[in-house]
Amino acid sequence: SKTRDSFTSKVNDLVARYRKVDEEFFEDLEEVLISADVGVETVMTLIEELEMEVKRRNIQEPEAVKEVISEKLVDIYYDDDDESIETLNLNEDGLSVILTVGVNGVGKTTTIGKLAHRLKQEGKSVLLAAGDTFRAGAIDQLDVWGERTGIDVIKHNEGSDPAAVIYDGIQAAKSRDVDVLICDTAGRLQNKVNLMNELAKVKKVISREIDGAPHETLLVLDATTGQNALSQAKTFKDATDVSGIVLTKLDGTARGGIVLAIRHELDIPVKFVGLGEQVEDLQPFDAHQFVYGLFGDLIKNDSHE
Amino acid sequence: MAFEGLADRLQGTIKKITGKGKVSEQDVKEMTREVRLALLEADVNFKVVKDLIKRIKERAIGQDVLEGLNPGQQVIKVVKEELTDLMGGEQSKIAVANKPPTVIMMVGLQGAGKTTTTGKLANNLRKNYNRNPMLVAADVYRPAAINQLETLGKQLDMPVFSQGTDANPVDIAKQAIEQAKEDHRDYVIIDTAGRLHVDEGLMDELQQIKDTVNPDEIFLVVDAMTGQDAVNVAESFDDQLDISGVVLTKLDGDTRGGAALSIKAVTGKPIKFAGMGEKLDQLEAFHPDRMASRILGMGDVLSLIEKA
Ligand SMILES: Nc1nc2c(ncn2[C@@H]2O[C@H](COP(=O)(O)OP(=O)(O)OP(=O)(O)O)[C@@H](O)[C@H]2O)c(=O)[nH]1
Ligand SMILES: Nc1nc2c(ncn2[C@@H]2O[C@H](COP(=O)(O)OP(=O)(O)OP(=O)(O)O)[C@@H](O)[C@H]2O)c(=O)[nH]1
Ligand SMILES: [Mg+2]
Ligand SMILES: [Mg+2]
Repeated sequence: SKTRDSFTSKVNDLVARYRKVDEEFFEDLEEVLISADVGVETVMTLIEELEMEVKRRNIQEPEAVKEVISEKLVDIYYDDDDESIETLNLNEDGLSVILTVGVNGVGKTTTIGKLAHRLKQEGKSVLLAAGDTFRAGAIDQLDVWGERTGIDVIKHNEGSDPAAVIYDGIQAAKSRDVDVLICDTAGRLQNKVNLMNELAKVKKVISREIDGAPHETLLVLDATTGQNALSQAKTFKDATDVSGIVLTKLDGTARGGIVLAIRHELDIPVKFVGLGEQVEDLQPFDAHQFVYGLFGDLIKNDSHE
Repeated sequence: MAFEGLADRLQGTIKKITGKGKVSEQDVKEMTREVRLALLEADVNFKVVKDLIKRIKERAIGQDVLEGLNPGQQVIKVVKEELTDLMGGEQSKIAVANKPPTVIMMVGLQGAGKTTTTGKLANNLRKNYNRNPMLVAADVYRPAAINQLETLGKQLDMPVFSQGTDANPVDIAKQAIEQAKEDHRDYVIIDTAGRLHVDEGLMDELQQIKDTVNPDEIFLVVDAMTGQDAVNVAESFDDQLDISGVVLTKLDGDTRGGAALSIKAVTGKPIKFAGMGEKLDQLEAFHPDRMASRILGMGDVLSLIEKA
């Protein structure tokens, strides 16, 4: 594909900056990956495999190692799957429910606004449910997104039972015959057992009311988060059976490399990336482009020319 | 399995060298490899780790094995000392202006916890120092940011100065100070919008607020779960605003929090407070020594040294 070709050419550039494949080359590669928050273990395994592969094929020229790097990295991500893992799973002839979960402040509510806009642009009718009844101003915040996108929001008062709001959201979605219901939830740290149980209960309400729902449970991850993202993914997966990730705040300088480890170890694919605070700032995930982005620094680094 | 503590990591190497009289270069090399991995897994920045490892190697090689301490315990002790040193002493004091009101500005990336911490600090100032703070809603960008601060103000029964979302944050801050003087408020805490450290326009806005209100404190609020990018963020905010301290939030989670070490290493500015929950009374003084143990894998490190 086009992306794959341009990715390979970028790796070409990268590799052209080194005269030989030596210890220094691998050290730099390791640093680049670590500074992009790729999981430490994943990096170590990757470098080991690369070193072995280079020995096995008796590769001396950096030029020749490029194939191996791009293969390995994209392999880690896709394994036996292909790009189809990145598409949003929706019920094409009936109501679809999307549940949004994650720790505090990662961008759940904002992502809902952007995603709702995107789905509406695709011609779908959308409804939002204000399931964060805890954080100060959370309901008002979702309301503003509702106004911005021209989409209704089902809400209760601050402090009420989140499961009850979601239940009402489902009933409203059914009676209005909308295509997609997106449910907001309060941010919670994954080590808070009570709050994780509360979330599992919300999920159960959705499954009980609609067969096969939620069609997507999206874990929102902040790209600036380091190794803890892996623990977030594990625990939220256990509690709510997460089906996909939205990686937000990639418009900063963080790279969000931890999603490689998450996909590798927990088999959860990234579906969207957040690139800003505006309604249009949500894009489908592209693994090739992402993997290339991890090398930004090494490519800019001229010291080995 | 990830998130192994340093002590676990060192078990294997320790066994091999128990009974030796001196820590050899090879022993230290093996152990510092484990130290490096443990620190990286705790999200300490790789450049900071590099410097630390260099110092640890210098200190550990050739040391006589202390009575009762095996080489592994000795390395852990050196690491712990280096980390605690780097993190500095405890400093949870808040400035007091000669002429009230004392002005505090809250800055940081999106979602770090600025608005919540604004409420917590105000609560802390009233409860522990008998002060009368006023909160200022200078985030005109994030949907319902003003609502959020007003809700916190209501919970605390404290005044919130706001001029809606059409006003300019610089003017809001300026007029808030006037109002505070009139109302005899002794602290003004300004909540600003989250922004990226590379967003020139918005960073410039902070600079303008700073020039206008002359704050006594500028607190950079940082999420404790931040990874390798923490150094870039802290360095940029500090370069552009000369921050006076850091508040590390969400430490009630299970993150190792290596960002704390990175931030301290690149800015030299003290981490003053730790956010320990979403509620307004969940702000604590920051304890550098506890943080050092946490980064290294919590209590197991301490107990290993204490057992010796
Ligand atoms: N730069 C940038 N900021 C973002 C992005 N996504 C969200 N934000 C900002 O991050 C902050 C937190 O976003 P929210 O949507 O409130 O996050 P949340 O997960 O709902 O937060 P809680 O409900 O408090 O747990 C806001 O200031 C958003 O504008 C993104 O992709 N890029
Ligand atoms: N568990 C926990 N959550 C916290 C802590 N501090 C803040 N939060 C939560 O983190 C989320 C974001 O907090 P805010 O205070 O809105 O963050 P902010 O920096 O003002 O966000 P923006 O204005 O969008 O940039 C909210 O869900 C808070 O409740 C903390 O110490 N522990
Ligand atoms: Mg939210
Ligand atoms: Mg805020």
